[in-house]
Amino acid sequence: MTSALPSPEPRAPSHGSSSPVAIDVRHLVRRFGAFVAVDDVSFDVRRGEIFGFLGANGAGKSTTIRMLCGLLTPTSGTALVGGVDVARDPEGVKRQIGYMSQKFSLYESLTVDQNIRFFGGVYGLTGERFEARRAFVLDMAGLRGREHTITKALSGGWRQRLALGCAVLHEPPIVFLDEPTGGVDPVSRRQFWDLIGTLASSGVTVLVTTHYLDEAEHCHRLAIIHRGRLVALGSAHELKQVFADRPILEVQSARPVETMAALERHPDVEKTSIFGTAVHAVLRHRGVGADAVAAALRADGLDIRDVAYVTPSLEDVFLDVVDRGGQAA
Amino acid sequence: MTATIRAVMVKEIRQIARDRRTLLILLFIPAFFLLLYGYALNFDIRHIRLAVDDRDNSSASRALVSAFVNSGYFEYAGPAHSGPELDRLIDTNDARAALVIPDGYGRDLARRVPVRVQVIVNGDNANTASAVVSYAGAIVAEAGALLLATVPGAPAGAVVGFEPRVWYNPQLRSTLFLVPGLIAYISMITAVISTAMAVVREKERGTMEQIRMAPVDPMAFVLGKTLPYSVIAFASALLIILVSMALFDLPQRGSWWLLCLSIGLFLLGAQGQGLLISTVAPTQQVAFQLALLSSFLPTFILSGFIFPITSMPAAVQAITYVVPARYFLVALRSVVLKGADLLVFWQDLLALAIFAGVVLNLAALRLRREWS
Repeated sequence: MTSALPSPEPRAPSHGSSSPVAIDVRHLVRRFGAFVAVDDVSFDVRRGEIFGFLGANGAGKSTTIRMLCGLLTPTSGTALVGGVDVARDPEGVKRQIGYMSQKFSLYESLTVDQNIRFFGGVYGLTGERFEARRAFVLDMAGLRGREHTITKALSGGWRQRLALGCAVLHEPPIVFLDEPTGGVDPVSRRQFWDLIGTLASSGVTVLVTTHYLDEAEHCHRLAIIHRGRLVALGSAHELKQVFADRPILEVQSARPVETMAALERHPDVEKTSIFGTAVHAVLRHRGVGADAVAAALRADGLDIRDVAYVTPSLEDVFLDVVDRGGQAA
Repeated sequence: MTATIRAVMVKEIRQIARDRRTLLILLFIPAFFLLLYGYALNFDIRHIRLAVDDRDNSSASRALVSAFVNSGYFEYAGPAHSGPELDRLIDTNDARAALVIPDGYGRDLARRVPVRVQVIVNGDNANTASAVVSYAGAIVAEAGALLLATVPGAPAGAVVGFEPRVWYNPQLRSTLFLVPGLIAYISMITAVISTAMAVVREKERGTMEQIRMAPVDPMAFVLGKTLPYSVIAFASALLIILVSMALFDLPQRGSWWLLCLSIGLFLLGAQGQGLLISTVAPTQQVAFQLALLSSFLPTFILSGFIFPITSMPAAVQAITYVVPARYFLVALRSVVLKGADLLVFWQDLLALAIFAGVVLNLAALRLRREWS
């Protein structure tokens, strides 16, 4: 790797079935007493891929990441990170990875430069290599001229980019980002995802967990984890195929709760969920007219403003997969 | 390893430097504590108001009264001419003690007839009262002997003199006894707390998690974190010793080298204890309480600081063997008060070294387990 990143390619996924595997997870299990936090999870991530890990809090995302980082020993199964077995050589894994956690984990009372110097020292960077990496991080995070600002005084977006910079200071081939964009404004989040894209196209493998389903669209592939089990795996496009034969109707009405109840009684509706002020209804099959559904609802005395087919979002996918709780895997 | 230690150390020093308040607390609160305790914790009894019922009114009796007043322990509170008046003076606390000199005191003394003077002491504070009784006894004996020596015709040297001599602390000032204890007590608390808090803070803020993701040896991390606090704790301990010398006339009769060695070993153990606590405590609050409890009580009560260990029940005495301040106090008193050399207290230094070795190893063991 070079210290300067090539310019980002226009959204062409840099991975492919020909790229070497960077992370290889097979039947990974982690128990805490009787509780199974991670239950027989298998997936692989290719070099240069942005791999998203979706799941509710406590679903097993962080436990999986901690095992992949060598912090937690798997109960059974194997995980190879950069070719290193996490159970056999956890210290070897640490040399392969960069990590940025959900919490802001820089030293807030130190300046930008002092933080970079500290992490450089921890990773054993010295001399010219350190200076080059320091310059890279400052440019990447857009912190030139702010080297001597106390980290606490930086805005969330800057801090996040600095944290990412410190996580890749030692040029790791694989980066784990554990909910990296929590509490950051939308513009900064967008900039952050641009950075992740740049990193990936330079060949860095990125495994990222997130709560924000709109953000997950930036990932090349996604895994949805629910109650410790991997319940869906594929690109956002592939995941949305669960709705190929089950179209989604979006119903706008004055009283969404009553509308939802009425929809649940409709024979063609499989299930419903609330999206803001609208209701999404998953239909059992194609060929149901939106107007017919609207008419049926109005017949129930509901004030329906609009009924239309919508393209499924990742949120629809997520709710559907979680709802079926594991059968979709 | 050394690169990591240096990186962590530089970071820690920068953090401490940024956090001026903590630095000031670590350096000067100990000295402040010393002043507070040093002046308040004082078992010496002075300025006891003394009422006098002089029924003899001779030069000998007046000499006795002035011997009391000039001793520095007593203050003349006024005459009491009758029993009821004496009662009133003691009841209203205008006098804490009274001296009754019988009629014919001077005459009998000159004739070498045994005489008795009466000292009445308010016993509501048993501690004070017993001290007053012994001061008074000493003064009366001395005054009598002096008087005899000046009486013409009395055979010189006929009276057997009693001449007590107290070594190392001839004025029996309790400060000299207490200050080394205070030094141990204050340094112990600050060293244990600062070390425990420094490590737990990283756990609480999540920076520890970040560092665990790096290929860092836990021992290197902890060493880097603790060394700056070792320097601060040492500086702080030396500072309070210097303050004690300036304000409480604490002598330094022994070698500075031995003094520094004793402080160093003692603080090493205290920091080990702090580290051990940091591996158990999940939050800074718990760490603070554990640190305070495990250093404050044993050092105050079980070290021989105030209560002599030899008069404790056997079971409690057994516990004192694992209180490092016990050994440090012996070493400190030996060096500064007695000017003793290493031969006298090497066992105590050895005990301090063993304590430090054991707690540091325990902390390392727990840390490695926690880390992986």
